[in-house]
Amino acid sequence: MNLLVPLMTIVRKETIRIFRVWRQSFLPSVVTTTLYFIIFGNFIGSRISDMAGFKYVDFIMPGLVMLSVITTSYTNVAGGFFLSKFQRSIEEMIVSPTPNWVIIAGHAIGGMVRGLVTGILVMLVSLFFTHIKIHNIWIILIYFILTSAMFSLAGFLNGMIANSFDDIALIPNFLLTPLIYLGGVFYSITVLPEFWQHISKFNPILYMVSGFRYGFLGFSDIDVFFGFVILLVFTAVFFIINMILMKKGYGIKS
Amino acid sequence: MDALNIENLTKTYANGVEAVKGVSISIPERSFYGLLGPNGAGKTTIIGIITDMVVKTSGRIKIFDKDIDKEFSDAKQLIGVVPQEMNFAIFEKVIDIVVQQAGYYGIAKKDAEKNAEKYLRQLGLWDKRDEQAKSLSGGMKRRLMIARALIHEPKLLILDEPTAGVDVELRRDMWSFLTRLNKSGTTIILTTHYLEEAEHLCKRIAIINKGMIIEDSSTKEIINKLDKQSYILDIASPMKKKPEMKGCNITIIDDTTIEIELDKSQNLSELMRLLDKEKITILSMRNKANRLEEMFIDLIENGKEGKEKGKRK
Ligand SMILES: Nc1ncnc2c1ncn2[C@@H]1O[C@H](COP(=O)(O)OP(=O)(O)O)[C@@H](O)[C@H]1O
Ligand SMILES: [Mg+2]
Repeated sequence: MNLLVPLMTIVRKETIRIFRVWRQSFLPSVVTTTLYFIIFGNFIGSRISDMAGFKYVDFIMPGLVMLSVITTSYTNVAGGFFLSKFQRSIEEMIVSPTPNWVIIAGHAIGGMVRGLVTGILVMLVSLFFTHIKIHNIWIILIYFILTSAMFSLAGFLNGMIANSFDDIALIPNFLLTPLIYLGGVFYSITVLPEFWQHISKFNPILYMVSGFRYGFLGFSDIDVFFGFVILLVFTAVFFIINMILMKKGYGIKS
Repeated sequence: MDALNIENLTKTYANGVEAVKGVSISIPERSFYGLLGPNGAGKTTIIGIITDMVVKTSGRIKIFDKDIDKEFSDAKQLIGVVPQEMNFAIFEKVIDIVVQQAGYYGIAKKDAEKNAEKYLRQLGLWDKRDEQAKSLSGGMKRRLMIARALIHEPKLLILDEPTAGVDVELRRDMWSFLTRLNKSGTTIILTTHYLEEAEHLCKRIAIINKGMIIEDSSTKEIINKLDKQSYILDIASPMKKKPEMKGCNITIIDDTTIEIELDKSQNLSELMRLLDKEKITILSMRNKANRLEEMFIDLIENGKEGKEKGKRK
């Protein structure tokens, strides 16, 4: 069997679902970040001093892009996979010869479609508010894509272990959002007391935000290569956990 | 070659329910096979195991000689399944549901669309292809699942209670569709708790109760084996004494009605003579309906007794 066929089938199906509800899929992130740009760029931006030598609105732009990439990738796959479990349409794939890794990858790529399209929309909006240059396009691309992949896979895991729609909202609200906001989206950790700088370094999202920011500004709170390794490791770990649970049929087979 | 071969299958669910207790079945290629049993007998569990939805406790299953554990990809390619419960995404369009399913079997979109048209037309759903699945009626949803199961042209089609909740006329249509499909070479396994359905469609029937196969033979044999004819007789005056006759069982229903259950080997005119001797005037006589239904209950009851006797030992 040519595995590209089932893979593309799942990706197409997910993409159709995302674009069928495009307002819900893309607009919330775009609206929120536009508000951030208006408030921090125009309204109070002039009162905030530079951050690490950059205009404040320029400094926060990469973090805001990451914020929307992370949340949309994650919630898309978590919600989408849970829904197919809930409606039992996941059985369509389970009874077929499509291997588990294709099921996981197909959903993850679907999440990446939504995450990356949202990220691009946010970047387009940012053109109206920021004067940012590109320092290193490759670092931008690698961080952009890998972050989306990693959080899509994390969302898949959430969707698989969730038993209710509440379980889908729980982790984004109480774990993901705090970690993102404390991950240096709005500040460089160098402004924090030393103790909190150390604590911050245990937050994996700091590495994604900082690394991605490096691609634009050439400034980072962390070692960009180390950030890349962390991304790779987390992506691999989530993929492997998903493979193990899928093999068991966790939450699907009895 | 067997289309399906099951050996010593058992399943104990996490909650301790023993749903399948050592089932062995072999179903020859091209046959139309019925798995008949009351609710909770374990039919859906067995199908779940064959189609990878339920994890078996022990046993071995082969589909056209392909072991589902060792050659799972090849085995799955040969099976199409119509589940008991609806399991499609209700907001998706009918055509998308069917074409996507083909994709999961590695069939490219173009070929999938051709097959989709063929089966949606045959099942009377072509006009509904662009509608969301949730807008379909119950019978249409069932047919959508049949089209979806056939999209990769499996050699073995398994249907779990396909006509439950489908009205009589549509049920007939579905029967003739399945019969044609079987004639064209597809092996069909169908579970049901309607006897009429099994009798009408299946050449061979396995009867399952409480996770065990209690009978597995040709439909004809099963009917012959247990064929007791039952008659309801309207009589002129109350019967005072029941006539004794081998292979015949008389039940007095009320003063003017009696029921007679007669072994097929017994002679009806013999019985008539006996009744005549008792001065019983027969006003009218009719066959009791649902003969097969009765037989079914009979079988299940026998199975139960057998098991309980076994326990007592
Ligand atoms: N997921 C499950 N967990 C626990 N017990 C189950 C599960 N599914 C079915 N059962 C039990 O297994 C037995 C067989 O059920 P099932 O296979 O659905 O029978 P049938 O399809 O013949 O009606 C029943 O007692 C049922 O309650
Ligand atoms: Mg059932």
